[in-house]
Amino acid sequence: MNLSNITLGQYFPGDSAVHRLDPRYKIVLTLLYIVTLFLAGGVFSYLVCAAILLVVIFLSRISLRMVAKSVAPIGVLILITAVLNIFYTPGENILWQWWVLKITTEGILSAIRMIARIIMLVAGSSILTYTTSPIQLTDAIESLLSPLRVIRVPVHEISMMMSIALRFIPTLIEEADKIMSAQKARGADFESGNVFRRVKAMIPLLVPLFISAFRRADELALAMECRCYNGGKGRTRLHKLKAAPKDHVIFFTVLLLFAAISVAGRFGY
Amino acid sequence: MDTILRCEHAAFHYPDTDGAVLHDLSLSIERGSFTAVLGHNGSGKSTLAKLFNAILLPDSGKVYVDGMDTSDEAHLFDIRRRIGMVFQNPDNQIVSSVVEEDVAFAAENLGVPPDEIRRRVDDALATVGMTEFVRHAPHLLSGGQKQRIAIAGVIAMEPDCIVLDEPTAMLDPAGRRDVMQTLHRLRNELGITVVLITHHMDEALQADRVVVISDGRIVLDGAPGDVFTHCDTLASYSLSAPETVLLLSALQDAGLDVPLTAMTPEACADAIAAALSE
Ligand SMILES: Nc1ncnc2c1ncn2[C@@H]1O[C@H](COP(=O)(O)OP(=O)(O)OP(=O)(O)O)[C@@H](O)[C@H]1O
Ligand SMILES: [Mg+2]
Repeated sequence: MNLSNITLGQYFPGDSAVHRLDPRYKIVLTLLYIVTLFLAGGVFSYLVCAAILLVVIFLSRISLRMVAKSVAPIGVLILITAVLNIFYTPGENILWQWWVLKITTEGILSAIRMIARIIMLVAGSSILTYTTSPIQLTDAIESLLSPLRVIRVPVHEISMMMSIALRFIPTLIEEADKIMSAQKARGADFESGNVFRRVKAMIPLLVPLFISAFRRADELALAMECRCYNGGKGRTRLHKLKAAPKDHVIFFTVLLLFAAISVAGRFGY
Repeated sequence: MDTILRCEHAAFHYPDTDGAVLHDLSLSIERGSFTAVLGHNGSGKSTLAKLFNAILLPDSGKVYVDGMDTSDEAHLFDIRRRIGMVFQNPDNQIVSSVVEEDVAFAAENLGVPPDEIRRRVDDALATVGMTEFVRHAPHLLSGGQKQRIAIAGVIAMEPDCIVLDEPTAMLDPAGRRDVMQTLHRLRNELGITVVLITHHMDEALQADRVVVISDGRIVLDGAPGDVFTHCDTLASYSLSAPETVLLLSALQDAGLDVPLTAMTPEACADAIAAALSE
């Protein structure tokens, strides 16, 4: 197991049209895309959804291989969904039957639909994280959630927590890797045995990791205080999010497109 | 003399512990000077540093920053802005996952307008020689580079003084050299007062003034040329003089006529060569 292969929230810097779109619009459009996927009904709406995804991938200049890589980890989930859909969708047109199990045309169709949905959902969201830096993401979330400040939701604090978490993920992964190698060198075994044994082998890894995370948190808080951090009040930003007219046009065009697909999907196209 | 930092009879103990960490400590730091603070582990150096920017307040006595009393809440952010602080572990003081955002952090907290933040970030990165890394991820940098980013983040506050608590303790020799060069540049080009807490004698040698602390008291204070000639006194505070001084002192004991004040390796070599050729 190599922890440094984890690509959580990985960002590929670039200067494509997708990279440049205001991150707030990107987040909203990704969410709307997911909704549209679930409103899609017939072959037509699925194909349009897939076409949109392909166009966005092409525009973002992210390689299809990278997108495929983001889908790979949920392979098992896709498989389970497929099996459940095949066997549990009620249908008339029986193709194969054995004991209580039967495969129907309806089941196969529903499985294909579900798989397509999940793949497009994950690929679509991965385009969001691939083309948006963690800073932009957390800034955009802060900005999108800012109306909630009226009901006393600590929006700035939430976004600061997220960005610090993202900042420390690589540091903690590196540290976990180091502790693991140190323990492997002393004969610890993380790879064999059943699930329980493996989880148990993780405990001596997690304890030092937690202790050091708390020490880091202490030191970071001190360093932030020394740099005059005082919450969100009166704080300015180096990069302030500012949507250009072009961003508005793109947003509303895509919004209309999604609405049209959803309506078509509801009518079975 | 224009003092930037002044401790007057400051005493301090941590809550829920017995025994004071600092006892009746008085110290003035001159504006534009480069002071090294030495002391064995647990002597109270980090505690003293935290008194300087109002992270901790003295139990009795006073600490003044540019004439402002650190116990006066109204001056808190003004004091923290003037006295920048850099710590030992570079990983635990970098806030952001992009270099420029991290350098901007303090200026953002101070409510500096975006254009001005941009200028300060670019200037600070140029000063520490890290301009080309402006959009890099800090976790991919070397220890010395990370520490220079931390220093840049502090200079973006445009402080009068920068206090560094063992900034080179986790660095390799190349990283240490880069950080020391950066500190000299801050002092010489920007006129920033430097207070460097360190365990490395060769770094203390580069200062104008060395303050030795033992058990919360100042025990030696003077130019490196003075302080380091007291080999035995230093040893009694669990510190050792720079190796050049130890060598010169051993040569003196052996009867060679060399001055203990030749402390840099070059001066030491010259002094020995001169004494031998006589
Ligand atoms: N947060 C704390 N709570 C209680 N006691 C503390 C705390 N921090 C430090 N001390 C104690 O205060 C004393 C001085 O600590 P300080 O960290 O100032 O020493 P130092 O000179 O910086 O040492 P080092 O060279 O190891 O960094 C030590 O005895 C230490 O155990
Ligand atoms: Mg210390």
